[in-house]
Amino acid sequence: MTNKPATRGPAVTFALLAAATLLFAGCRQDMHDAPRYEAYEASTSFADGRASRTAPVGTVARGWLRDDEALYTGKVAGQTVEQFPFAITHADLQRGQQRFNIYCTPCHGQLGDGNGMVVQRGLRQAASYHQDRLRQEKVGYFYDVITNGFGAMQGYAEQVPVRDRWLIVAYLRALQLSQHAPVSDVPADRRAELDAAPAATERH
Amino acid sequence: MSQVFPKSANAWSKASVLAIVFVLLSVGWMVLTIQRSDYVTTANQFIEQPVQFSHQHHSGGIGIDCRYCHTSVEVSPSAGIPPTKTCINCHSQIWATSPYLEPVRASFRDDKPLKWVKVHDLPDFVYFNHGIHVTKGVGCETCHGRVDKMPLMIQKVSLQMEWCLDCHRDPSRYVRPRDQVTTMGYQPAMAQAELGPRLVKEYKIAGLEHMTSCSVCHR
Ligand code: HEC
Ligand code: HEC
Ligand code: HEC
Ligand code: HEC
Ligand code: HEC
Ligand code: HEC
Repeated sequence: MTNKPATRGPAVTFALLAAATLLFAGCRQDMHDAPRYEAYEASTSFADGRASRTAPVGTVARGWLRDDEALYTGKVAGQTVEQFPFAITHADLQRGQQRFNIYCTPCHGQLGDGNGMVVQRGLRQAASYHQDRLRQEKVGYFYDVITNGFGAMQGYAEQVPVRDRWLIVAYLRALQLSQHAPVSDVPADRRAELDAAPAATERH
Repeated sequence: MSQVFPKSANAWSKASVLAIVFVLLSVGWMVLTIQRSDYVTTANQFIEQPVQFSHQHHSGGIGIDCRYCHTSVEVSPSAGIPPTKTCINCHSQIWATSPYLEPVRASFRDDKPLKWVKVHDLPDFVYFNHGIHVTKGVGCETCHGRVDKMPLMIQKVSLQMEWCLDCHRDPSRYVRPRDQVTTMGYQPAMAQAELGPRLVKEYKIAGLEHMTSCSVCHR
């Protein structure tokens, strides 16, 4: 006679076990952490433990030769340049302002008077851009200060790309002019606003 | 010999069919709840770091813009973790002898990187890119919460697929003007229902079909 009912039990058990095995076999995390490095991941292959390598000194990527001396150093044959290496548009000036507010205001303040928040918390007094010596300085000088630092100020070459550094210089110039402008520079029909809104609050 | 099963067992066995359904449903509910729990997603958990770096002090207190430290956030997939040199910009003078900062000074002295522990970590089969989000007007706050109020960094959202998709289905609920992406405690200047769709159009944010296609995030 048929003995089916007797054998179905083990078959079902087996099927359930197989399904459970397959189910949990899927619970491995290999794909979550693939054998490749993510940005900044630690590595045991290198002595300093960094997976993100820096190029060996002197490497020049194709098309990235820094042969434009004025653009990359702010100097030509050792002389600080007086002109921007490229034309500055209004949009450039706005980006310059934005970058200035990110990278310089913590110490130099929104007005460039050298009284930013970090100075108020105990950093050495940052320079005011509105002193005579700095108003006479050439644009290349400011580029050099941003790139290599000056005295107690560290350089910002790692944080700010070359073009942005020039845009910051452009905005810094505008800031110097704005803090030293005679009232006659303001269009006659807008002079009334001067009394209404102090410069500091208007700027932001 | 008496019956092993009394007559009422028939009713019990029928009811137990219902019980099986009930048990299965509760197990399903439990699995889904555990899946979304902070325990699994690692949201809202503090992580010990080599230096007690406080975003509350640096962003909230001093008001340093996120991009001062996370310099690559606008242009690359990774937001970037600042090198020790960035800390030295200020800490060569501020708290320059504090024991809290000894690991930072040692790292700079010996040119050995600080070993920050990752707080947010998507699985490696997911592609994420900061640049596109930030340039299309998604603020840090939308995904990372009020960083300026965090004495220690924590992950504020689940980072699960349903979370990404919730926004990708209709980003107009979250986008803000580009110049406000790093602002904390942002308030839209007008009703979001009006501003959102306008910005989506202005920034040419991709449509639903593209934004929810699997290959955008699994490539
Ligand atoms: C961490 C604080 C800090 C930041 C950020 C900072 N500076 Fe400075 N800066 C200083 C200090 C301090 C001095 C004064 C240095 C000295 O006299 O030794 C200074 C001086 C200067 C000077 C004057 C140099 C001179 O000849 O007297 C210029 C120009 C300048 N900074 C430009 C900038 C620009 C542009 C930025 C933004 C890219 C910037 N700084 C960001 C702290 C800072
Ligand atoms: C002074 C430098 C600095 C500033 C400014 C700063 N951060 Fe950070 N940030 C760090 C450092 C260092 C870490 C790594 C240590 C940690 O996780 O706390 C970090 C970590 C993070 C992380 C977690 C990274 C991970 O491991 O997943 C997020 C998110 C973050 N920052 C967002 C922001 C936002 C948003 C802002 C602006 C409101 C900001 N940061 C401003 C230095 C800074
Ligand atoms: C723009 C300047 C600036 C930069 C850059 C900066 N800090 Fe600070 N940091 C400060 C100031 C100012 C304080 C003092 C805070 C206060 O007085 O409330 C401080 C305080 C601290 C403290 C003391 C504890 C606390 O939170 O008050 C630690 C730790 C610290 N910073 C770590 C770091 C690390 C790590 C980095 C680099 C990722 C860094 N800082 C970058 C300005 C800076
Ligand atoms: C659309 C959501 C979203 C926005 C907007 C966003 N982030 Fe993130 N952020 C993430 C995710 C997701 C991760 C984890 C990435 C990973 O694990 O690969 C992350 C990781 C980070 C990290 C760790 C380093 C890294 O890149 O993995 C930092 C730092 C960070 N974010 C800072 C910022 C800052 C600063 C902003 C604003 C300018 C910002 N984020 C905007 C979602 C976002
Ligand atoms: C708050 C809203 C929001 C959240 C949350 C969000 N995104 Fe996005 N995402 C956007 C917007 C807006 C864009 C820009 C779309 C466009 O126009 O290309 C975008 C674009 C992208 C792109 C590039 C699309 C392309 O065209 O190649 C990727 C990849 C992406 N998101 C991944 C993610 C992942 C992964 C997550 C979750 C960890 C996430 N996003 C969470 C809003 C969001
Ligand atoms: C907006 C980005 C985004 C899109 C679009 C997207 N995913 Fe995902 N997906 C994610 C993220 C983020 C995770 C990781 C979730 C987690 O860590 O819990 C994920 C996880 C998954 C997983 C789970 C893998 C595991 O082991 O947990 C599967 C399967 C998956 N996605 C399939 C798909 C399919 C199929 C589609 C298209 C219908 C799709 N995804 C579209 C972001 C996305």
